[in-house]
This record gives sequence, C-alpha cells and structure tokens, in this order.
Amino acid sequence: MSTPAPPAVELRAIDKSFGPVHANRSVSLSIARGSITGIIGENGAGKSTLMSILYGLYEADSGEILIDGQAVRIRSPRDAIAHGIGMVHQHFMLIDTFTVLENMVLGAETGPVLRPSLESARRELERLGNDYGLRVDPDAMVGDLPVSEQQRVEILKVLYRGARILILDEPSAVLTPQETEQLFRILQALRDRGATVVLITHKLREIMAVTDAVFVMRHGEVVAERRTADTSSEELAELMVGRKVRLELDKTPPHAGAPALVAHGLGLRDSRGIAVLDGIDLTLRAGEIVGIAGVSGNGQSELLEVLAGIRPPTVGRLTIGARTIDAAHPAGPAEMRALGVAHVPEDRHRYGLVAPFEAAESALLGYHDKAPFSSHGLMHHRAMVDHCAALMERFDVRPRRPELRSANFSGGNQQKLILAREIAAQPRILLVGQPTRGVDIGAIEFIHRQLLAARDAGCAILVVSVELDEVMALSDRILVMYGGRIVGEVAGETADERTLGLMMANVWTPPEAPERQSTAVTAP
Amino acid sequence: MSGGRQPLPAWVDIGLIPIVNVLLAFVVVGLIVLSIGVNPFTAVRIMIGGSVGYPEAIGYTLYYTTNFIFTGLAVAVAFHAGLFNIGGEGQAYIGGLGVGLVLLALDAVLPPLLLVPLAVLAAAAFGAAWAAVPAYLQAWRGSHIVITTIMFNFIAAAVMVYLMVNVLIAPGSMSPESREFAAPGHLPFAHELLAGIGITMGQSPLNLTIVLAAICCALVWLFLWHTPWGYALRTMGHNPNAAIYAGIDIRRMTLLAMGLSGALAGFVGVNEIMGVHHRLLLNFTAGYGFAGIAVALMGRNHPIGIVLASLLFGILQQGGAELAFDIPAITREMVVVIQGLIILFCGALANVTKPALEALFQWLHTRSDNAPAADAAEA
Amino acid sequence: MDDWITFPVLILSATLRVATPLILCAMGGLFSERSGLIDIGLEGKMLAAAFAAAAMASVTGSAWAGLGAAILVAEVLALLHGFACITHRGNQVVSGVAINILVSGLTVVFGMAWFQRGGQTPALPPEARFMPINLRGSRAFADVPLLGRLYGDLLGGHNLIVYLALLIVPLTWWVLNRTRFGLRLRAVGEVPLAVDAAGISVAWLRYRAVLICGLFTGIAGTYLSIAQNAAFSRDMTAGQGYIALAAMIFGKWRPVPALGACLMFGFLDAVAIRLQGVRLPLIGEVPVQFIQVLPYVLTVILLAGFIGRAVAPKAIGVPYEKEH
Repeated sequence: MSTPAPPAVELRAIDKSFGPVHANRSVSLSIARGSITGIIGENGAGKSTLMSILYGLYEADSGEILIDGQAVRIRSPRDAIAHGIGMVHQHFMLIDTFTVLENMVLGAETGPVLRPSLESARRELERLGNDYGLRVDPDAMVGDLPVSEQQRVEILKVLYRGARILILDEPSAVLTPQETEQLFRILQALRDRGATVVLITHKLREIMAVTDAVFVMRHGEVVAERRTADTSSEELAELMVGRKVRLELDKTPPHAGAPALVAHGLGLRDSRGIAVLDGIDLTLRAGEIVGIAGVSGNGQSELLEVLAGIRPPTVGRLTIGARTIDAAHPAGPAEMRALGVAHVPEDRHRYGLVAPFEAAESALLGYHDKAPFSSHGLMHHRAMVDHCAALMERFDVRPRRPELRSANFSGGNQQKLILAREIAAQPRILLVGQPTRGVDIGAIEFIHRQLLAARDAGCAILVVSVELDEVMALSDRILVMYGGRIVGEVAGETADERTLGLMMANVWTPPEAPERQSTAVTAP
Repeated sequence: MSGGRQPLPAWVDIGLIPIVNVLLAFVVVGLIVLSIGVNPFTAVRIMIGGSVGYPEAIGYTLYYTTNFIFTGLAVAVAFHAGLFNIGGEGQAYIGGLGVGLVLLALDAVLPPLLLVPLAVLAAAAFGAAWAAVPAYLQAWRGSHIVITTIMFNFIAAAVMVYLMVNVLIAPGSMSPESREFAAPGHLPFAHELLAGIGITMGQSPLNLTIVLAAICCALVWLFLWHTPWGYALRTMGHNPNAAIYAGIDIRRMTLLAMGLSGALAGFVGVNEIMGVHHRLLLNFTAGYGFAGIAVALMGRNHPIGIVLASLLFGILQQGGAELAFDIPAITREMVVVIQGLIILFCGALANVTKPALEALFQWLHTRSDNAPAADAAEA
Repeated sequence: MDDWITFPVLILSATLRVATPLILCAMGGLFSERSGLIDIGLEGKMLAAAFAAAAMASVTGSAWAGLGAAILVAEVLALLHGFACITHRGNQVVSGVAINILVSGLTVVFGMAWFQRGGQTPALPPEARFMPINLRGSRAFADVPLLGRLYGDLLGGHNLIVYLALLIVPLTWWVLNRTRFGLRLRAVGEVPLAVDAAGISVAWLRYRAVLICGLFTGIAGTYLSIAQNAAFSRDMTAGQGYIALAAMIFGKWRPVPALGACLMFGFLDAVAIRLQGVRLPLIGEVPVQFIQVLPYVLTVILLAGFIGRAVAPKAIGVPYEKEH
C-alpha cells in the first residue's frame, strides 16, 4: 500500500448558510484513506452540518466534494451511499418495531421480494460479526436492545451497504466508557481492513485515544489540522475554544446555610422498569452551588425532573421545608414552585418557553396564575409587559421588545429570559440544567455571574451541565453521577479534571468508601 | 427553530393570508358554478340579494350565523388547546336533547325567567358532557380524540333516533317529534322583540339566541387571552411539555377545553330547539358542527374572525337557498361545497399560500433597504 | 328444517355483501395509515367514486367504464390529500374532513345538474352493473340439502367485487409483510427520518400509499353504486367510510384482524336489519339503533384500552419535515 493514493474524501471550500446563520465558511479538508480522522469542535462549530453535507442530508451552497479523487455531486443520502459513504447518526435511525435484520436491509434490499434480502443480510451479519466482533441477535426487536447494541446495528447497517467511508456523529454520547472502548476497537478493526472512519466529537480524550489525524472546527471554519501524534489535548482545547479553556470566575467563598432541600434514597424507574435514578442522597444548602457532573444520560436529566416535580419519585423521599414528597405524596411542578423551587430546564425549546407566545407571555410561564399578573381570575397585560421589560433590562435580553414572539430571540437571549424569569421569582432553590448550552461566549460569563449573585443572595442552586469546566467553575461542591447514582463528591476548589473524569467513568475507587461500587444492583 | 426567514408582518399573517385562501376557494367555486352552466357573477348577485337584500333575508342570514358562531367557537377553543374536536355535530345534537328534556319536563311548572336559563344551562351541560367523554378517554386512557369524537357523532345520532322514535315521540304522532313546548319554553323571535319597540320586520327564525352568541364571543375572547386558564390552555396547545413544566395539569386542561368546546356546540340546540322549532326533533344540527371547522379555520380561531366567517357562511346559507330557488341547476348543497373548499384552502392547503407570500415579502423586504428591528432579534 | 339452513346462510351472505366496501376501504386506509398519513377521507373518496361509477355507467352503459371513472376520481382526491399533507405538510385530519364535506356537496351539485333527479343517478340496467355470478352447477346443486345453499348462496351468488375484496386482504398482508415496498412503507410510518437517511424518498413512498388507498376506495365506491345497488343516491355511503376506519383501527392496523373487524361489523349490520321488529326470547325487542351503534362503541372501547391495546404507527399524523 505504498502507492500515493488520493484521499478518500476531499472537501474544497464548502459553504453553507441557514438563513443568517453561516454554518460552514469555506471549509476545506482532506481525509486519508484507511485512517481514523477526528473532527472536533464545540457544539455549534459546524461539524455536524459539514458531515450532513457529505452525507447528502443538506446540499452545500458552494464548494466541491471529491471522493477518491473524483469530483462528485451528493444531493441525497442515496448519492452518498452510492459513493460508499455511510453515516451513524447521533440519534439512531432505527425502527424499534423491526428486527435487526429488517433494519439492516431497509433501503438496501436486493429485490422487490423481501426473503432473499433477509437471507443475504443474515449471512452478511454472520460474517461482519466474525470479522469485527460486531455481534447482535439478528432476530431481536431493535426496540428491545440496549442502546450500545442499537448503535452496533447502526454500524452494521452502514457496513451492509458496503460503505468504505464511515461517519460517526458523537457516537460516545450514549455509551459508557467501557462501551466506548469497545466501539473504538471496532473502529480500529475497520481501519485496519481499509475503511476510512470520520469521527465527530467534542471530547478531546476520544480524539487522542483513537484518531490518526484531527481537524479542529470553530465558528464554521476549520482552524487547524494536526496529526494526532503531534498534538496534545491542551493544544486542541485551545484551538477549539479560541481562548484558555479554564473558565475563571472570581468567586467569593460560599456561606452555606441551612439545608433547603434534602433527598433521601431517591429513586426513579422508567416505563420499562429500569432504575434510572437509584438511591440518590443529596442535600442542597442555602447559599451554595452544587454541580452535577457526569456523562450525559446517567440520570442527571431525570434527577432535575424529579426535583422539579415533573416526575414523581418511585422510591425515597424529598424534603423541602416542612413538606415531604414521596411516591404516595407527590408534588407537581406547580406545588414545587410554591415551595420555592425554580427550574431552568435543560431543553429550553421543549420546556422553557412557548415559541409562538410573546416574550411577555413566555416570561411568566409557570407564574401565570400568580399576582401581580393574575388576580380575580383575570390576567393583567400591563403587569405582564412591565415585568418582562424589567427582566429584559436586568438580564440584558436583546432586543428589549416584550411583544416579540419568543421564537424570534436568539438562543442566548432566550436562555437569559428564562433565567431571568426563574431568578426573579426569588426562589429558595434554583435548579439549572445546561445553563449555557448553545449560548455565545459573551453571554456565558454573564449567566455565570447571575448564578453566583443568586447564590450570594442565599439561594440554594443545583447546576447540571455536560461541560465539565462549567461545573468546575461554578460549583462549591461537585457530585458525580453514573448509572443513576451519585458515585462521588468533590469540593469545588479541590476538584481536578482527572479525578472527575475517573469518577464519571466510574473507575475511581475512593479509599474511604470502597463499598459504593457494589450497590449498583437494581431491584426486580 | 425560527430559521432565517423574515417573519411576515402581522397584518399579512392575520389579514391577507386568510383572505387569499378564501378567495382561492371562491375561484374554485366559481369554476364549478361555471361548469354547470351558470354565470358565477349572476349567482353571486342572487346570493347577496337573497341574503341581505330585504329584512326577512337578513333575519334568516343572522339566524344561520348564530349557529355558525357557536360551532366555530367550539372548534376554535379546542384548537387553541391543540385538540381537534370533530364532534361538534354530536355535541350540538345532545345539547339540543338537553334543552328539550328540560323544557318537556318543566315547561308547565317554571316561569320563563327560570326555564330559559335552565334550558341554556342544560344545553351547555349536555354538550359539555358529550365532549368530556372523548376528552377523558384521551387524557386518561390515551385514545385519540379525533377518532373518538367522530365515533361519538354517530353514537349521538343513534341515541337521538332511538329516543325520538321510542321514547320522546308525541303520542299519536306519525313523525319522530316530541310535543310542542308550552309558551314559556319559546325564546322570543327577533321580529317579536322588534315589534315590541315599534320596528316591524318580516318573520324569520332569528331569535334571542343571537345575543347569547355575541356574549359567547366576548367570553371566549376574555377567557382565552385574559385569564390564567386561557393562558394555560394556549400553552398546552402550543407546547404540551412547557405546560407540564409550568405546572399545568394537562389532563384537566383537556377536559376543560373539550368541555367548553362541547358546551358552545351545545348552544346550537338552544337556537334550534328553544328558538325555532319549539319541539325536539331529528337532524336539526344539519351539518353545523362540521361547518364549524370551516368557520374556525377561516376565522383564524379568533372570535372576531369567527364572527366574520359566520356572517359569510350565514350569507352563503341563506343566499344559497335563494339561489337554488331561482336557478334550478344549482342546489343548496353548493354551500356544502363551499364549506369543503374553505376547509381545504384555509386548513389543509394553508401551507401552500404562506410560503409564496413569504417569498414575496422577502423580495419586497430586500428591495427596500430599511431593516427593522426584527433583524436585531436574530443576532 | 330448511329455515335452519336458510337463515344463517342468508345472514352470512348478507354479511359478506355489507362487509365488502368496508374491507376495501379498510385495506386502503391501512396502506395510508401504515405510511403515516391519517385518512379520515375514506368516506369522501368512496362517495365520490360511487357517484362517478354510477354516472359513467349510466352514460356509457358499461360497468367497467364506471369502475374506471370511479378509480380515477378517487385517485384525484387521494392525490389532493397527498398534495396537501405530503408535499405541503398540511393537517391530515383537516384535509380528510375537507374532502368528505366537499364530496358530500359536490356529488349532489353535479348529480342535480347532470341528471335532475334530486341527487340520484338514473337506474342502471344489469348490463351496466357488476351482477352476481352464479357458480358453475349451482342450479344442479341447489336441491342438495345444506351444501347446495352453501355453494349457491354463500360461496357463489356474489358479484366480482366481493371476491376481489376478499382477495385484496391476503394481498395486502403479503405486500406489507413480505415485500420491499411493504418494509419501507411500515418503516416510513414509524420513523420517516430513518427512511430518508437510508436514501429512500419519504414523499414518493407516501404518495404510493395514498394511490393504493385511492384505488381501493374507488373500487369500494363502484361496489356501492353499480354492484350492490343500481344507482347512486345522495350520501349513499352513510358513514361506511368511518366504519371502515373504525374497523381498521379495531384490527390494530393489520390486514387480517381488520378483515375480521369488517366482517364483524358487517355481520352486526346484517343482523340488525333482520332483527328489526323481532322479539327475542328473554331480551325482548332489541332496538336496531343499539346494534347499529355497536361498531362505534366497540371502537371507542378498544381505543380506550379496555380490550387490548391498539398502537398506531408512531409517525402517524406528523408531517415529515427535514430539520435544519
């Protein structure tokens, strides 16, 4: 293999805009055949857009795509598949009510009648299982499989279509560290047999662990190209964010007061009976920020939902002031608010606001039946608008137009409005999920300062974030979640990324409490 | 996401698009009229003359309008809660049953001042109950409200036929109708009321119920946009997750929204049974429930729009009757065709005109250089 | 003695006749809904087809021309539904309701304009209709007890479309479960994004589903006006499209159970007609409305999860839109 082959993929000056958002700006890169190439960048850096263009989900406004040195036009996934490109999406493209085989053949059938397709897929599945260690029961319903096996089905689908170029979009987001390791072994096996793998991620560790080369994207542009062997996590991190990674906040020491919220043995089962929260013990004190770190999907979202009253706990209890909440005595979101719990939800579009509502209306979501907005069964428009205008002023929401539809504000301004709404309610307990997701850098610092100010005013704050630096910068105490349990606690000022990382992967054994590891067994 | 599209000016969204859609519907109607050999403009002239040309006609038009307002509001209230109530027909039917039962039972006992409000309440209660069952089944049992309300229309029809044929039929009567109510159970006709203040108007079925319709419009507007329940209802309609987050009880809101919707539809029974027929009979709903969908869609689910749309439908209904009388080639069902086309163009095909107008305004916008503050909102 | 055989045979053969349009509509609706499109408009398509069939047959004197016109008209309406809901992502329920209302008006308007018989079409001679087919030798067998009746009146004695409807059910099952098209169709009703990402056109799949639905409802309408009856009369579908919808849901969106539901609903109808005015021992006279309403009540009860669970295709009612 010493002849100089053309690169498997070459992108030349790819440009793509969605309305005013310039997602990709003249991106050029080339990916060597038989390599694992990483594309790294923050959320919103344009990685997924770029790969979606390569896979034909979007068409570039301008630019050129070359596959094996040949210029091609990719207008749909069909074209991409025909050129040997396959993509494993972040959100799986699987049919839950189909078997593994049916999912594999969908779109790659050999003829109008199904049986021969299924038979050839069964043989191929056998072969791929042997070659790459990708083993799945061909007749299992995909909906019944665990997430890691579903991802395997996705990879099998791509391979079954004869893909030589595999794009994986944030594949580890849904995996445990062990499963991620397994995945990487599979990717290496694929590379060793000549496949080209493109790995989109925002996790430095993965880039360093598995790739041969890496492109760094920022604000829609490729800002650097490195051979993995010649770079370091630190350098990549700086290139990614264009600033020092460490978020520095000049923080005063906390004055933690009385417990505002105490959770005892809190547990939650999902509709399939699987424990997604298990034995959570947690105390939030007035005047402190407690951060929750963890790989996304380890129960953080569910914890927020239980604490906010969106879902009642199945076991355990929660005490706020004189009120004790358990499965038999649940408290809904309205009662939680009355108890002084405010909640900035993780997903602002899904929960935080009502897109077609005026900003003034969204600015009192959850407080719409409280004075001064509402009395004697009527709402008071003037009070709503004044309130919203005041929030906009205080939290620098732009434009300052309460009558504008909520959807017409940018993500950062929406987030500021929601935060303003919840802080203005002067809660005793503030739950914040992903405080700065999709928020531009200027607004991040502003939001962090507001949270600190609320803390200093005596509010008990719980912050859940997938951004480890954010958790570290904000928190007075950090709890680490893994598999629905709290597996470790670290004081904010002594926290270091390594320890936290080990805890998040649940491979760190605290010397003082070695028995913690063995309590993970779930009840029937 | 909002994407990069320039939002349309409010007057285009609220005013122009519905008008364009309605116009498109009428263009198609015109072609159909033309295809059966009638000059559409002649037809329009006859219809307008026949619906607003003389006092009796206006009376008839407003009487039809009253029914359209009720069913239009009924559909709109449910729409705002994100629910599609196709059961207006059945709810109106059962609402009329409520009116009839109260009047048959109490018309000899109670004075009009007690009897009439009681009958109105019965219409609301029966209509609400008939809508509340599908609401309950969706909220608590997960069945789809569209399918259930359709089924409930048929069940209502069967219940009414059974009751009228076997139970409520007037003794000795050949047709399935109840006995006529006593005088306290008749709502005064408009021509009677106007005669009381010295204005003479030809006889028409228009009666006091139109006042109830006007009150309902005002109350629905107040409820939806100026009460916390209305806020909660609209929140649920736009974003059920946000409603849960806000502490709004989705199940109870579903019940409330459908209950209100059913009560409004039930008022058709007041107009028909207590206002016009003065006896319980079959098929008095005559498609008003379904027409309510057209009214709500055309009126953009806003009471003012619904009043305007109802007036138009009232004109069509009355004018259509005159038209069928004058031109034998055209039948009253032409009105049903128009309803169907309006639902098609204002509802199902609503997305066809909007992008075209958006493109047009985008083009106009880029031509004029002044960029309003909406640009800043995207930043 | 003879009554013991005649009565059930008559009821069962009436069941089959009543169930035929239901089966056709239910299978059509099944294709549409399994692809993710709600079809409230079965009623309207069938009514329009019934009118077209009768009108065309009365003008040309050919039943086959009637069938062709019926299918054509049903397809036009199906494509309208597709245009509104697939291409322009309109509300599927609204579109269906619009079609039903539009057709219930249009058939009368055109019926009056063209035939001047109060919305009826002229009565058709047998040559312009699909008439019952007498099976070979049924006359000879007629005197054989039991078997003669079964052969002549239950197995035979139906028109072509009845047999066609019965044939369409296994065909639907086979297409849905054993072919590439069926696999893709089921997939597009569950996760259209996955189908799109697999390089298959969501819109084209759904258009094909809608076209099949148009074909079947077209045949169903033909059956009503020129096979079962000899003319079109206004609103002659009388809610059968909705009963077919109910049957399809009752059959949990699967062909064979849906066939069962159609036969059950047809049986109820056949019995209801027979029981009119008959006093049953112990129960007394059963009001005919009570039996007529059973399909609707049963469907409501089923949907509420009181008897089993009917899970709709996951993507049903949701317009497919590529996210940005």
